[in-house]
Amino acid sequence: MDELTSAFVNESRDQLVAMEDGLLTLEQNPDDKDNLNAIFRAAHTIKGGSGVIECRYIESFTHKVENVLDRLRNGEITATGELASVMLACCDHMGDLLEVLVAGRAEPPADLKAKGDALTTELSTRYMNEAVAQPAKDGVPVEQVDDVVASGGGAVTTEAWHISLRFGQNVLRQGMDPLSFLRFLAGQGEIVSMETIPDAMPAAAAMDPESCYLGFEIRFQTRGKKADIERVFEFCRDDCTLNILPPRSKVSEYVALIESLPEDNLRLGEILVRCGALTQAELDQGLGLQGEIARRIADETSESGEPAPPKGPPIGEILVEQKSIQKEVVEAAAQKQATVTEKRAVEARTIRVQADKLDQLIDLVGELVIAGASASLLAQKSAKTDLIESTSVLSRLVENIRDSALQLRMVQIGETFHRFNRVVRDVSKELGKEIELVINGAETELDKTVVEKIGDPLMHLVRNSLDHGIEPAAVRVAQGKPACGRVTLNARHDSGNVVIEISDDGGGLNKEKITAKALERGVIQPGQTLSDAEIVNLIFEPGFSTVEKVSNLSGRGVGMDVVRRNILALRGTVDVASVEGQGATFTIRLPLTLAIIDGFLTAVDKASYVIPLDMVVECIELDADSADRTYINLRGEVLPFVRLREWFEVTGDPPTRENVVVVQCAGRKAGIVVDQLLGEFQTVIKPLGSLFRNMRGIGGSTILGSGEVALILDVQALVNRCVKREEQAAHAGNATRRHEMSLLADHA
Amino acid sequence: MTDANRLAIQENMTIYQAQAQKDLLLSALGTTDNLELDLSRVAEIDTAGLQILMLVKREAARGGKSLAISGHSSAVQQTLDFCNLVGVFGDPLVIPAGA
Repeated sequence: MDELTSAFVNESRDQLVAMEDGLLTLEQNPDDKDNLNAIFRAAHTIKGGSGVIECRYIESFTHKVENVLDRLRNGEITATGELASVMLACCDHMGDLLEVLVAGRAEPPADLKAKGDALTTELSTRYMNEAVAQPAKDGVPVEQVDDVVASGGGAVTTEAWHISLRFGQNVLRQGMDPLSFLRFLAGQGEIVSMETIPDAMPAAAAMDPESCYLGFEIRFQTRGKKADIERVFEFCRDDCTLNILPPRSKVSEYVALIESLPEDNLRLGEILVRCGALTQAELDQGLGLQGEIARRIADETSESGEPAPPKGPPIGEILVEQKSIQKEVVEAAAQKQATVTEKRAVEARTIRVQADKLDQLIDLVGELVIAGASASLLAQKSAKTDLIESTSVLSRLVENIRDSALQLRMVQIGETFHRFNRVVRDVSKELGKEIELVINGAETELDKTVVEKIGDPLMHLVRNSLDHGIEPAAVRVAQGKPACGRVTLNARHDSGNVVIEISDDGGGLNKEKITAKALERGVIQPGQTLSDAEIVNLIFEPGFSTVEKVSNLSGRGVGMDVVRRNILALRGTVDVASVEGQGATFTIRLPLTLAIIDGFLTAVDKASYVIPLDMVVECIELDADSADRTYINLRGEVLPFVRLREWFEVTGDPPTRENVVVVQCAGRKAGIVVDQLLGEFQTVIKPLGSLFRNMRGIGGSTILGSGEVALILDVQALVNRCVKREEQAAHAGNATRRHEMSLLADHA
Repeated sequence: MTDANRLAIQENMTIYQAQAQKDLLLSALGTTDNLELDLSRVAEIDTAGLQILMLVKREAARGGKSLAISGHSSAVQQTLDFCNLVGVFGDPLVIPAGA
């Protein structure tokens, strides 16, 4: 695939996404003109691009789609749910055609072709035929606003600016070449058509070859503002007559333009028709109207006894009137253009970089971090102040580079979320349920690789909510809920993690069913007592599905355990909370990035351990009183802790002074007891080999400046263990617990 | 078509040559009914040059004569194309080989 084609494919994919978004909005908001225009533009861009790379099958299909969209935009057909469905199908087909192009085939395969033909037939029979039923449309579209009609005629149905230029005779002598201005103009947008007008040129004898007699009528497409066009002609502004009409100007304004120019009205009218500014019908109507005004004025003047003017209305008067209207139109158009330009400008500020280049950069930054750590360690050892100083500057810079490099890979989760609009729409249609999707925190950023990999599990959870969570409308109404179900996607940052929640207001999880199923499958043993939270989380166990009827969406029983496995692979967690009858919430926690983190370095015996700094709340000294317990009193709060020395079965005696690192994770606090606190440390995460995959409590490894390996603690697992142990202790007997509490109170 | 009514322009057609070229072309048109202009050597053409061509074309039409341009150089061709005047002159555009 050559460069042009791949650029086209990338661009078109973006446009298809935009188009799909627009179509989804269209259903809810059929009258949004901007949205309609955006959809049309997307299709138009794809068509244009396919023309450039000469991909006929995409061009012809998109052309038909564009025709329908054009009619929609002009209000000739109305936006319905059906139309949106067909259009979405067309979007999909265009996506398929793009794949054909990517695969490098000259023609789409037969089945795809048939599908495309079916779609185009549907489009033309259902949405293009009405043109025959409405023959009155070929005339000039009449404007609806009365006062504007009074000021002269309908709007001209073109999307381009009209620039009318008459150069002064002295332009050439002053060393300016009109053609170079025009070429510059061509670079600022697209000259749709241009007519050169030599009418001002006198007879051969009188013609001075060093004078300029030419004029131009130009149709010009640009995203710029009027001021941008004017700027092109800034240098010759004093020596030329420049008239700019914004897109969709009124016929009357063109008439005013025709009147104001020196050439014969009819001839100029023809020129405008030829360059596409006006249609013949518009011109006829415009000039006819002008004649009418002329007659009316003539009548008025003859009534007042003045002699009627010989020909036409007083142009100046009309022009003044027109000018004021034109200004408003120009301003409105300019404003609109400005917003488009701004949006465009934001887009233009981004560049596409291949993902593997970024990965390579991150790898290098990782190595740089390690090398930097080693350098500063050596500097510390050498005890040379100036060396230490320079390495500390260096490590600060490295830290900044690391942050910016990681930032490069951060993408907003919004794009992933918005994909679900379509899913929710399609699935709810298919299931005959009414469901809306609410998205919060779409701007939350997380690592690109995480975003890519979270798509599938998210899809599964969303479909699960749609299929099993939300009840049919009748059931909902019977339960006093609104008929329209609601699925909420929510993303936010929480201490170095990204939390994604998928919640629905459906029936919730049925605990009895889950327990029964778990017993049946042998996931739990009879007599085992489980907390509510434990029961609902059983659905993540392998081979678990409670729905009797298997639909084609979810519920093949491969679901939830795969979801959990995928999320665990991203060093994340997933759990579910549910209130029966009110809905369920799935919560996914993911690390922000998979590559480098800010760590807190601690030591037990000779080994070093890294705790992700984001999770560290504070460090305190473990007092001797707590030494034989598994919790401490942290300012009146019970804080369970785990001793790393015990956890990792480190032999040897603990030092006289131990430290507790208080960590927070998923809203729960726990302490981790270590021998020594060594301070902050930039940690490049190196994955553990598959041999260690099942080791609990360790999330990865890293290399210290000295070249030693340090283990990164899986804080979540440790915290869970602490909390679980406390819960078990609570279950084991309230008496003991109470005793312990009173001890604690005494201590406090 | 004989050599008599064929005129080859050997230089640029810009404001600097405009005065001379106007006279040259008009007098050439005065001597024949079928003027053929060879513009294959015109490396540069500006608005002034374009005007001269349009003037001669108009004069020719007024006198019932014909003006044909052959061998458009790429500069001439681009300019005529850009100004949408190819149709006005009505000459077949031949892109010279190797140009």
